[in-house]
Amino acid sequence: MRIFDPHIHMTSRTTDDYERMAAAGVRAVVEPAFWLGQPRTGPASFTDYFDSLIGWEPFRAGQFGVRHHATIALNPKEANDPRCRPVLELLPDYLEKDGVVAVGEIGYDSMTPEEDEVFAAQLALAVAHELPALVHTPHRDKARGVERSLAVVRESGIEPGRVVLDHLNEVTVPLARDSGCWLGFSIYPDTKMSPPRMVEILREHGTERMLVNSAADWGRSDPLLTRATGEAMLAAGFSDDDVDRVLWRNPVEFYGQSKRLDLDPADLAAPSATFAGNSILRGGS
Amino acid sequence: MTADHLRVALGGVPDPDWLDEALRQVAADPATITRFFPAAGRRCGREALPDAPGWTADEAARALLLTALPTDHAGYADALYRRGDAAEKRAVLKALPLLPIGAAGVPLLHDAIRTNDTRLVAAALGPYARHLDAAAWRQAVLKCVFTGVPLAVVADLDSRADGELAVMLGGLADERHAAGRDMPADATDLLDRLTAGSGRPTAREA
Repeated sequence: MRIFDPHIHMTSRTTDDYERMAAAGVRAVVEPAFWLGQPRTGPASFTDYFDSLIGWEPFRAGQFGVRHHATIALNPKEANDPRCRPVLELLPDYLEKDGVVAVGEIGYDSMTPEEDEVFAAQLALAVAHELPALVHTPHRDKARGVERSLAVVRESGIEPGRVVLDHLNEVTVPLARDSGCWLGFSIYPDTKMSPPRMVEILREHGTERMLVNSAADWGRSDPLLTRATGEAMLAAGFSDDDVDRVLWRNPVEFYGQSKRLDLDPADLAAPSATFAGNSILRGGS
Repeated sequence: MTADHLRVALGGVPDPDWLDEALRQVAADPATITRFFPAAGRRCGREALPDAPGWTADEAARALLLTALPTDHAGYADALYRRGDAAEKRAVLKALPLLPIGAAGVPLLHDAIRTNDTRLVAAALGPYARHLDAAAWRQAVLKCVFTGVPLAVVADLDSRADGELAVMLGGLADERHAAGRDMPADATDLLDRLTAGSGRPTAREA
């Protein structure tokens, strides 16, 4: 089973996770920029975070044979802090980087006027930089959040086929399905979505435009739930090809619209074959 | 390596017109380099160049963009490094010896050597590392050994390696042996060369 996790916050995960993910078949990930639990107080903190997403984290992933990409944005939660607003001015540089395959996570947290503004501004950046957009849907008041997100997407002029609405559930699927956007599902140990529920949704709505992710981060989460979902699909009678479509070809197709996906494993190892196979290097410590 | 050599080695890139046009624009309007620099990997590829050993197409294209600047090479190298992803940083490091900047790029070497990204550490130890002072250079070589970067990447290794580096390598060898771990073969060889005739037991005998 080859797996592309289209949404996982590897910054918050250990090398043990990379090892287990690689063993489970995860060959590629996208790490969206989001908040870190602890609110940040200014743009410099974001610069270091974004630099890590296009520097250190891909290197760390590469040690385990995992290809790492990122999406970059000012997240909706911190969009509400005026001290973080200048982050918007940093984004155009980052949106030109090779490893950046979408603008995200953007969208709503509490649906404030500040979030409206920052969401719309960043959809415009996605259009200008010819990138897809990853839209986080709010955890609270989700149905209306999805509706309102779709309205902002429509107004922006971005093609719906270049947008994924993430963290969907049974209630929000029909609305998202009709919009022409891609549908993202975050499989969590016991909250957002579970493997058996995901299988039911795939049964009812098919595998087209469906993205399954672990959204694993610093909270209670599990980077192997993509694999568990693939196994649940097989157990429920889906074919290997169905699983490959959902867990590999769909994310490749969606993020491939950036024309920046690089899934060639050739340069994953280090500068010379003599140290390929070294376990993660503990340099300097 | 020279810029001309890199230009020839890049003859077969997927989009040579893009590179030509980018070089022309950078020569005429230096600020445009900030737009071309991140795109070079997508336009020129990332393959190793058979005619420029140790260089990939994106590194060579980015180095050429830097050499095409009419002025302020040091300022642009610094800005592009600071704002670059890992591949852009690596390209700046490799371009430094081709630029008319004297020792102005040394702070970038220090930054790269501080990281734990072995590709950056390796790129910092090319010919431009002649501007590093002895203490920083020895620490960087030792870090290569420590993190498994092959010593073949270190320019001027034999001419610069000295007794102090031998002491440092010997200390690492002692620690490794005490822990039942091996030293990389290239480091053992270097230590043997440095300690030959000194009366210190060679790394192999210890």
